[in-house]
Amino acid sequence: MTGLRMLDRKLVRDLARLWAQSLAIALVMACGVMTLILAMGATRALEETRAAFYDRTRFADVFASATRAPESIKADIAAIDGVSSVETRVVNPVIIEIAGMAEPATGMLISIPDHGEPSVNRLYLRSGRMPEPDRPDEAAIIESFAEAHGFQPGDSFAVLINGRKRELSITGITLSPEYVYAIGPGDMVPDQKRFGVIYMHRSVLEGAYDMKGAFNDISVTLSHTADKDEVMARLDAILKPHGGTGAYDRTDHMSDAFLDSELTQLRAMAQVIPPIFLFISAFLVNMILSRLIALEREQIGLLKAVGYSNSRIAWHYAKLTLLISVVGVVIGAIAGTRLGHGMASLYGEFYSFPFLVFSQRPDLYVISTGVTFAAALAGAANAIAGAVRLPPAVAMRPPAPTRYRSLFSGGSGGFRLPFSQLTIMALRHLVRWPLRTALTTLGTALPVALLITSLFAFDSVDHMIDTVWFRADRQDATLTFAADRPEDALRAVARLPGVIAAEPFRAEAATLRNGHRSRIIQIIASDPDTDISRVLDRDFKPIRLPPNGILLSERLAEHLDLKTGDQVEVELSDGQGRRVLVPLVGVTNSYVGLNANMSREALDRLSGIGPRLSGARVMVDESRIRDLYAEVKQTPAIASVALQGISRQRFKEVIDENIGISITIYVSLAVIITFGVIYNSARIQLSERARELASLRVFGFTNAEVSSVLLTELGVMVVLAQPLGWLVGRGLAELVAKGFESDLFRIPLIINPPTYAVASLVVLGGAVVSALIVRRRIDRLDLIRVLKTRD
Amino acid sequence: MRSDLTAPSLPIFAVTGLTKVYSTGDVEVRALNGVDLTLEAGEMAVMLGPSGSGKSTLLNIIGGLDRPTTGSVMFKGEELSGAGDRQLTAYRRDHVGFVFQFYNLIPSLTAWENVALITEVAANPMQPGDALALVGLEGRMNHFPAQLSGGEQQRVAIARAIAKRPDVLLCDEPTGALDSATGIIVLEALARVNEETGATTAIITHNAGIRKIAHRVFSFLDGRIASCEINETRIKPSEVSW
Repeated sequence: MTGLRMLDRKLVRDLARLWAQSLAIALVMACGVMTLILAMGATRALEETRAAFYDRTRFADVFASATRAPESIKADIAAIDGVSSVETRVVNPVIIEIAGMAEPATGMLISIPDHGEPSVNRLYLRSGRMPEPDRPDEAAIIESFAEAHGFQPGDSFAVLINGRKRELSITGITLSPEYVYAIGPGDMVPDQKRFGVIYMHRSVLEGAYDMKGAFNDISVTLSHTADKDEVMARLDAILKPHGGTGAYDRTDHMSDAFLDSELTQLRAMAQVIPPIFLFISAFLVNMILSRLIALEREQIGLLKAVGYSNSRIAWHYAKLTLLISVVGVVIGAIAGTRLGHGMASLYGEFYSFPFLVFSQRPDLYVISTGVTFAAALAGAANAIAGAVRLPPAVAMRPPAPTRYRSLFSGGSGGFRLPFSQLTIMALRHLVRWPLRTALTTLGTALPVALLITSLFAFDSVDHMIDTVWFRADRQDATLTFAADRPEDALRAVARLPGVIAAEPFRAEAATLRNGHRSRIIQIIASDPDTDISRVLDRDFKPIRLPPNGILLSERLAEHLDLKTGDQVEVELSDGQGRRVLVPLVGVTNSYVGLNANMSREALDRLSGIGPRLSGARVMVDESRIRDLYAEVKQTPAIASVALQGISRQRFKEVIDENIGISITIYVSLAVIITFGVIYNSARIQLSERARELASLRVFGFTNAEVSSVLLTELGVMVVLAQPLGWLVGRGLAELVAKGFESDLFRIPLIINPPTYAVASLVVLGGAVVSALIVRRRIDRLDLIRVLKTRD
Repeated sequence: MRSDLTAPSLPIFAVTGLTKVYSTGDVEVRALNGVDLTLEAGEMAVMLGPSGSGKSTLLNIIGGLDRPTTGSVMFKGEELSGAGDRQLTAYRRDHVGFVFQFYNLIPSLTAWENVALITEVAANPMQPGDALALVGLEGRMNHFPAQLSGGEQQRVAIARAIAKRPDVLLCDEPTGALDSATGIIVLEALARVNEETGATTAIITHNAGIRKIAHRVFSFLDGRIASCEINETRIKPSEVSW
């Protein structure tokens, strides 16, 4: 037993001697463990919280709206095979007026049953109570809006319901599964101040909107065996005569889709990032252990000669590997848990759940520990096998001298390549161990790729902002009328205070068909020479809307399997059932939603009822914007107003905030990998070549010249790693962008040159610092000792 | 720093009162204990003595690899003992050729390249091929160290040491790892180089048989020079009995 104790003592001393290299490896492992715990923990937290909340509140599976449908068809819908419960509602956008806030907020006014709870999309009451049926001015509001304005039950605010200003008294603060991510019309990130959801009794809203015995919004839940597509088709058929705008499922439900994209991101993080770290730590373990075993050849031979078994020797080196892994797992677990809590509270700001707890179940830690140990041991296996294979007698003789190939010198006699002998030393050493060189290069490329994969999103979002808000929808505000109005309404809009320019639009729901493929969509029609809000082609150039035909966004054209020149069958949801073939005259670019555009002239002709306007997009004189706000709040004909200017600003703010956090995290991760790879690589080279380098010092080479051998080697690998990293990074970014694509939005793959440059600079910086740390050791080489020893 | 080799009065090295004390922890080791010696231009000196007698320490100090604790080393009239790291590096680079027991060749460079390594940075070097020819290796120039025998490797090391046309050639146990036949070939190379280049050559050895090839023989004991004998008649390396 004493022998074992002695070996353990050796283990501890080995670790103490190799502490810097071991710590560098442990940190890389810690990053893997941290990101795994963080991503898996956060994924679980979101998934489980979402599932529990949806279950408890009976979140609908399918949603649809109509212009006005009689309550009597509810029974028909309930009878559709696979539908388990149905809830009809009256839902209308409203303008909210809040004392002390100049710009109007937008709200959704949603009905709740006069008696009892809704069977679908129930509310979770946070505080107060639900409105009483006999009190028409009572309302419950969603928590995010209440918090943004400091509203408590008992407070009140005003809304414009169908043209009439109405003071509402808040009875309760609620959460809704439909507004976990509460995002207002025209916004891309939540603006809690400017978007509210208000719940009032059905009878009150029926009265206010002239919807007696009718509804305009329906949600259904499905049984487990239901055929969702079939249900949606039947639902569309039933709602079509009543102005149905097309059923959609959770995938296209704004709040759930945003949650889903967050989950996609987290799952991608769990699948891509930890494996990168684990792969690199396996490689580093292999490198350090192979070198240690090479240095300890004679000791291993001695141990075998005195009777230590192979398995004991293998276990000795395995233990060293595991000890390093333990340090990595502990650091990673602590960091992952801490960051996990931080992330959960960050989610708390964006998502309205009744609770959100970062999952800390033991299996998370068991899995992380397991994969880290497995990766480390996989990395160690080859080196340990080498130790096991050494016969004792051979182990106690020095290894055979290393053979090199005469590359990089040119011919011996005449032509010679312009490399100094020092450079040739570096280059030949690189090609002597091609696998190690390749893996070190890959190990340095991966942090570059990681940075590109994480930072490209900002380029893409920048590009999206530019495209959506500076090239396409350039208006400061979009005013939507309560009901379609004749053309002279535009003059009234133009007369509103502060309005510099106004362009009308008409929106009509329609079914687009091509053979068996169909899609219900809003066709947006504008004037041909529209300048404020423009339709862009695939090269981002504005398109002049043609007098005939329809333009579809790329994804919609794909869905319908249509090419420019094809005919698309259009049926307006006006209940008349007329189907008209319209030529597809162009495919447009769009990052948000599925879009179909026509000229107003073409749509007016198609509808057969002449020119109508659904609203107008306006440019506003900034100095008079408050006057406009005040006027809009007083104008019953305007049902809602989307403030693109503010949306743009708010979006920028949120993104900028995230940029800071992401850059800090990813740069740290990249620097840790770079340090782990380069520092270890340099230390191993130094260990292998200490004698050679010291000899050079003896022959009168300066420290700088001697270091150049090592630095050239590292430099070649680091430089080769850059294009490789860019390539891998681009590939990963493409996967990420693809993963995000949905009908609601898609992220273009845009990687600007500065992103490549930043990724490379961070890694180069990390490499230079690591190399300089090792360079200091060259300055301290013991010149005399190496002269007396055989290599 | 290169000065006129033919100046008659000035020895290459003038060492006076040299001591070197190593302290490792609590133990103090006195490696040199008051050494005085001069080496003349073109001279071949052999330094004999048991392990730990101080001969390697002296070689390291006059080779600019180490600094004395006290005493003075004048190289061609200039003080070495107070020189800084940078000056010692330049001194080794410009004036000293080293040959070691284990050759210290660069394994990734061929014989020719090992020599070129030094000639690339020397002020007035020979052609690497000429240096190799001088040690009889013109046919092995493109071989890597791993492809050469021990004696061949040591001759590459000698070629490398002399290719810069050094003022001094310092050899620490140059035949220590070789059998007698190979050792003689190496000594022949050293003798030839000494004659043809006029480099002051100091050879450290355990092997008393080698003493006869030198002009002078210094015997070391306990950090001092115990005796200095002058060979009136030198023998050829081939006549050395091993």
